[in-house]
Amino acid sequence: MTKLRVVHYINQFFAQIGGEEMAHIEPEKREGAVGPGAAFNAEFGEQAEIVATIICGDSYFGENMDKAKETVLEMVKAEKPDLFIAGPAFNAGRYGVACATITAAVKEELGIPAITGMYKENPGADMFKDKVYIISTRDSAAGMRKAVPPMAKLGIKLARGEEIGASSQEGYLPNGVRVNFFEEERGAARAAKMLVAKLAGKDFTTEYPMPSFDRVEPGKAIADMSKATIALVTSGGIVPKHNPDHIESSNASKYGEYDIADVNDLCCDGYETAHGGYDPVYANEDADRVLPVDVIRELVSEGKIGKLYDKFYTTVGNGTAVASAKKFGEEIGKKLKADGVDAVILTST
Amino acid sequence: MKLQLGYIEISNVEFAEKSEIKDGVLYVNQEEVINEVLQDEHLKTARLEITKPGESCRITPVKDVIQPRVKVEGRGGVFPGWMHKVDTVGSGKTHVLRGVNVVTAGKIVGFQEGIIDMSGPGADYTPFSQFNNLVLVVEPKDGIHPHQYEKAARLAGLKTATMLGELARDLKPDETEEFETVGIKEGIEKYPDLPRVGYVMMLQSQGLLHDTYVYGVDAKQSLTTMIMPTETMDGAIISGNCVSACDKNTTFHHQNNPVIAELFKLHGKSINFVGVIITNENVYLADKMRSSDWTAKLAEFLQLDGAIVSQEGFGNPDTDLIMNCKKLEEKGIKTVIITDEYAGQDGKSQSLADADPAADAVVTGGNANMVIKLPALDRIIGMTDYVNVIAGGHDGSLQADGSIEGELQMITGATNEMGFNKLSAR
Repeated sequence: MTKLRVVHYINQFFAQIGGEEMAHIEPEKREGAVGPGAAFNAEFGEQAEIVATIICGDSYFGENMDKAKETVLEMVKAEKPDLFIAGPAFNAGRYGVACATITAAVKEELGIPAITGMYKENPGADMFKDKVYIISTRDSAAGMRKAVPPMAKLGIKLARGEEIGASSQEGYLPNGVRVNFFEEERGAARAAKMLVAKLAGKDFTTEYPMPSFDRVEPGKAIADMSKATIALVTSGGIVPKHNPDHIESSNASKYGEYDIADVNDLCCDGYETAHGGYDPVYANEDADRVLPVDVIRELVSEGKIGKLYDKFYTTVGNGTAVASAKKFGEEIGKKLKADGVDAVILTST
Repeated sequence: MKLQLGYIEISNVEFAEKSEIKDGVLYVNQEEVINEVLQDEHLKTARLEITKPGESCRITPVKDVIQPRVKVEGRGGVFPGWMHKVDTVGSGKTHVLRGVNVVTAGKIVGFQEGIIDMSGPGADYTPFSQFNNLVLVVEPKDGIHPHQYEKAARLAGLKTATMLGELARDLKPDETEEFETVGIKEGIEKYPDLPRVGYVMMLQSQGLLHDTYVYGVDAKQSLTTMIMPTETMDGAIISGNCVSACDKNTTFHHQNNPVIAELFKLHGKSINFVGVIITNENVYLADKMRSSDWTAKLAEFLQLDGAIVSQEGFGNPDTDLIMNCKKLEEKGIKTVIITDEYAGQDGKSQSLADADPAADAVVTGGNANMVIKLPALDRIIGMTDYVNVIAGGHDGSLQADGSIEGELQMITGATNEMGFNKLSAR
């Protein structure tokens, strides 16, 4: 097997050019490994070799981002590498941002497998961990010996197009993509251990960090409903018969907008549900059970509600991605607001 | 309450003239079993098939998996409320046939039964590929409703397992284990310095065909209550549901609850395992509020310091899981939850339908949406005509050569939320 060609990116400090006083230096390319590159070469063994090292001052990169990026990309491209590695940057902020920025650019613009490594709280990590693999390292250069093996291993896997395991196996920072793998112990044993640690006030790592939910405060109560325009919106999948817009029964990619200006009751044969997550018998018999047009019309005629908005919006909530639901909600909200709707009755199933 | 389990190792299963266990081999008289099963007026046909670990064999559609056991000392009999009168089980001695299970199969709901592969990549994901399986395929009489069919299949499985368990009544176990739960006061006196830990077991109860039974009672109609850990080992809780195969708790899982096993291992060493709270997963908000309130109230009354909560199913029950966790944490009870994930085939979506910062200690059984390819296998027990509509399958899942492409959801027990497996995700 021929050795993989690797290009390595480091800053002025790790190239032993100097510290902060030399942070202004422009990108330069040297043949072979420089500084920490030797440790990578030792780790690669016969599998890969650093053919060139690109050195750039952290201040220069930060202050001339576009130009620096362009120059470095040209230098990388000329080497035709199989893999690009930047850093590791540990907790050095500007170096971390530079490493992550250039790693992402090499991956996206040149299509060359690329990885970097840094401490989880490095600002570069937060900005780029969803875009490139960033090996989690300690917060100082004292962690070099531990950082090199997982970077080298993951780099070679990427360059060879091999399957990449879960973050906890490969050592990269969790990137929002959930990957299955087999643990050493069964789940119940892991749970019991985690509980013992939690009870003792010791460190433990959750296997699924809770996402931050977008909690929306309900609007203020309507003081006088007899003058209010009310709209009906549902995730219960009520649609005109035969689902004219083909809203999916699960994981919906769209919502529907339908006119009900002349409709007093959804009871008859005109409506049905497109929802695949509940028994549709009762909704199909009388769609008012999910979208209560009949009751609202009664309340309007009794003068208790000012007006029912002329259209209703509908989608299927069954297994629908949160990102889609958020998009639908924002669009529907804008339309309702523009049309002077005061409040919405949102029905689910 | 103290129970001794005596394990009878079963290395092989064969059909024979006489049903018996000899030198670790289970011999089964098919006719005897079939005649008993067909006593049920709802069933038209029943047949038994044997498959062993490593065989090129696929079982589908799988309804339930049951481990044969027999009660040899102490009150009551296995599966109280079904196969024996209602009487408190969980003490005395019980013999366990270890190495063989009864698997019931039939297209009850179609899309809510699962697949067990005995070899190939699918076998890595189901714990049931590691056992000799005696598969009972039952077909209903014409005009029978799915819920009647489910009940008939459920009873057929329990009957078969009970008949086989009886064969071990007078045998000498190869290995024994003892489990004991003491009273509150005694526990505190015995382990004054150990943290008090409870187990909150959520039972699937989302509606018709989504039921779990406790001593014959539908969990949907029960308030949150307590059960002794050893009662579960005698079959006090059985599965009566048809939900996605990967994270339904089969009757086998209830008999061999891994959380109970792991907590017993630590009992008296790093924790004091106090007991088990069972709570349901009903669909109405009022039910969820009541059940989770009750969970927290019982846990507080037991003066628990910590709890593990296990789940069954996904989506709607995620809200029960988070409510239980939140309310336990609000009482100052340190909580770990076990769940699985529906993060999409690309793994990029939010994994649960609900979330709360209080749920800071989560164990996951993996992403059930992961796509897996199952090669064609030589032998099919059951029928594959439901593979395209099974939860986790899609139109085209079953390919012309007999191979299957679909989500992990299809595989029985793959992402179990009692933490039975090693599969996880990050």
